[in-house]
Amino acid sequence: MKNDIKFVQGNEACVEAALYAGLDFFAGYPITPSTEIAEHMAVRLPQIGGKFLQMEDEIASLCAIIGASLTGNKVMTATSGPGFSLMQEALGYAIMAEIPCVIVNVQRGGPSTGLPTHASQGDINQARWGTHGDHGIIALTASSHQDLFDITIEAFNLAETYRTPVLLMLDEIIGHMRERLFVPKPGKIPLVSRLKTSVKQGVDYHPYLPREDGRLPMSDFGGVHRYNVTGLFHDMWGFPTDNPQIVHGLLRHLLDKINNNVHLIAKYKEYFLEDATTILVSYGSSARSALHLVKNRRNRGERLGLLELQTLWPFPYGIIREKCAHARHVIVVEMNMGQIVREVKIAVEDPEKVFLANRIDGGFITPTDIRNIIRLIQGKGV
Amino acid sequence: MAIKDYLRERFFPHMWCPGCGHGTVLNGMLRAIENLALEKNDIVMVSGIGCSARITGYVDFHTLHTIHGRALAFATGVKMSRPDLNLIVPMGDGDALAIGGNHFIHAARRNIDITAIIMNNRIYGMTGGQFSPLTGYGKMATTAPYANIDHAFDTVSLAISAGATFVARTTTYHVKQLTDIIQKAIQHKGFSVVEVLTQCPTYFGRKNKEGGAVEMLENYKNSTTPVGSQAGQVNPDLIERGIFVEKQMPEYCSEYSKIIQKAVKRK
Ligand SMILES: Cc1ncc(C[n+]2csc(CCOP(=O)(O)OP(=O)(O)O)c2C)c(N)n1
Ligand code: SF4
Ligand SMILES: [Mg+2]
Repeated sequence: MKNDIKFVQGNEACVEAALYAGLDFFAGYPITPSTEIAEHMAVRLPQIGGKFLQMEDEIASLCAIIGASLTGNKVMTATSGPGFSLMQEALGYAIMAEIPCVIVNVQRGGPSTGLPTHASQGDINQARWGTHGDHGIIALTASSHQDLFDITIEAFNLAETYRTPVLLMLDEIIGHMRERLFVPKPGKIPLVSRLKTSVKQGVDYHPYLPREDGRLPMSDFGGVHRYNVTGLFHDMWGFPTDNPQIVHGLLRHLLDKINNNVHLIAKYKEYFLEDATTILVSYGSSARSALHLVKNRRNRGERLGLLELQTLWPFPYGIIREKCAHARHVIVVEMNMGQIVREVKIAVEDPEKVFLANRIDGGFITPTDIRNIIRLIQGKGV
Repeated sequence: MAIKDYLRERFFPHMWCPGCGHGTVLNGMLRAIENLALEKNDIVMVSGIGCSARITGYVDFHTLHTIHGRALAFATGVKMSRPDLNLIVPMGDGDALAIGGNHFIHAARRNIDITAIIMNNRIYGMTGGQFSPLTGYGKMATTAPYANIDHAFDTVSLAISAGATFVARTTTYHVKQLTDIIQKAIQHKGFSVVEVLTQCPTYFGRKNKEGGAVEMLENYKNSTTPVGSQAGQVNPDLIERGIFVEKQMPEYCSEYSKIIQKAVKRK
């Protein structure tokens, strides 16, 4: 029997998880630090009868997987900052047409070509607002390979549940670091498969008429129902319209289906929060350093805790407010100029107690970096 | 099946101007499909953005109206996951060869079994008459108010050099040929390109003093000649129409199924 414990890069863990989740189709364009995802997909997908495509650019990659998703496939693409920028228009299309897909961004330093092989978490706000127009979005992240495995599967599950693209915002450290990965037996982790329409052939099927619970049962392209899919505002048949009532209703639907379900979507981990006077809020690889520091200082009796976010968007304002209610200091640890700290300030009652501990030079933020910043905040000097 | 059985009458009237050639292309396409007796459920029509791209809304197939220039990339995803389906991609000249030029040459290079129909009115119709990569030197457009200095692509030579295995050109005047060619293009296994010269009286016609639809159609009759004809050799200014290339090469989806066989064996 094959050993199901592996020692792999994060990018490979992501591939294994996607296959576990039932991935059928991947299209991509090589870019550091995400390339290993495409390389492993090229090997692994055809082995199970799936399809791997190397397209001419990232725009084409996202467009191709959207097309494949419409035929009933579970689909994924992976990229890094510059490619993620190119994908923004097609991302909006998938949001508007409500096509399930998973998009991985293994972040590098930016803007532009930036720092291809260094750590950064600079694309978090782009994930939220990169594509034009009002919209809801789901973005997830993880700080270890085992978590990444679960979160990747969760990304596919959420994409199917909410019929929407889901962004997996990894970073260079997670993507390239090698770590132990335990692959559970098939069936151990629940999978969400596509909600298909039960409308029979010959009966009117309304592809864009949500059920009472907001979900849209789908009919595969090539199946018995023929309908129109468009990025224009559309009616229940998927036909373009500018009827104000329909436009308003569709935009609300696209926002509400995500924002009204934050309590179901939001995933996080907490460490030593019960009595913490200083709470670190972090995510992705930064959360590893934060956790290291928290454990270390706990041993010395300091009341430090960590709230690790795995869902970045929709932002879990309620969870932050509740968990940080009694902390004297809330310190957001991230490798950017302060993208999540802004949301944390909105979430808590007293924004003055929220601080940023960051690093933006391409270096990995270390426990010592964080500790020095905490000491400054607490007025203790470095 | 009658032509109207392929239409979504619920969504008419259509949005095209009176005299627009796009409706003629639609008609030719539907007659070709009718002649081939294809099942409506087996056809996926994918388009980008433009007056031409609106064609997908009106036909009773699986229709995917996407974003400007990217229709072939979406179609590639559909075709790769369901090689048994017939993929037809109508595109405007700007859609296909400006913003979508890269996807066009790469789809041709892969020889994926998709039929690309380029509805060439030499103008950006939808946005109101700006020049396209097919407008041509010396022509007028709202963004070429002093005459265009951009040279045009020759769609046929471009498609051939990019690797398309079926390449043809016709016009909205030659409706019988239009149907015949589209029919052959759909039947062809591999990437097929059909360039259709189609009139936009509203912008190209008006800006370039070519008259209305009738004059423009008349012009297609007088300015074109069958490929390889005597007239074409005597007068190189005549635009050739007909089938330029029709050859068999390994098709992309078939090639990928061989990859799957290899990969499964080596596992
Ligand atoms: C990314 C993007 N850029 C620009 C546009 C605006 N736009 C819409 S249609 C079009 C050109 C249409 O011309 P063509 O493809 O020749 O089609 P036609 O309308 O002439 O049939 C442009 C520039 C757009 N929709 N998307
Ligand atoms: S603007 Fe030109 S291309 Fe568009 S519908 Fe009118 S005539 Fe046709
Ligand atoms: Mg045009």
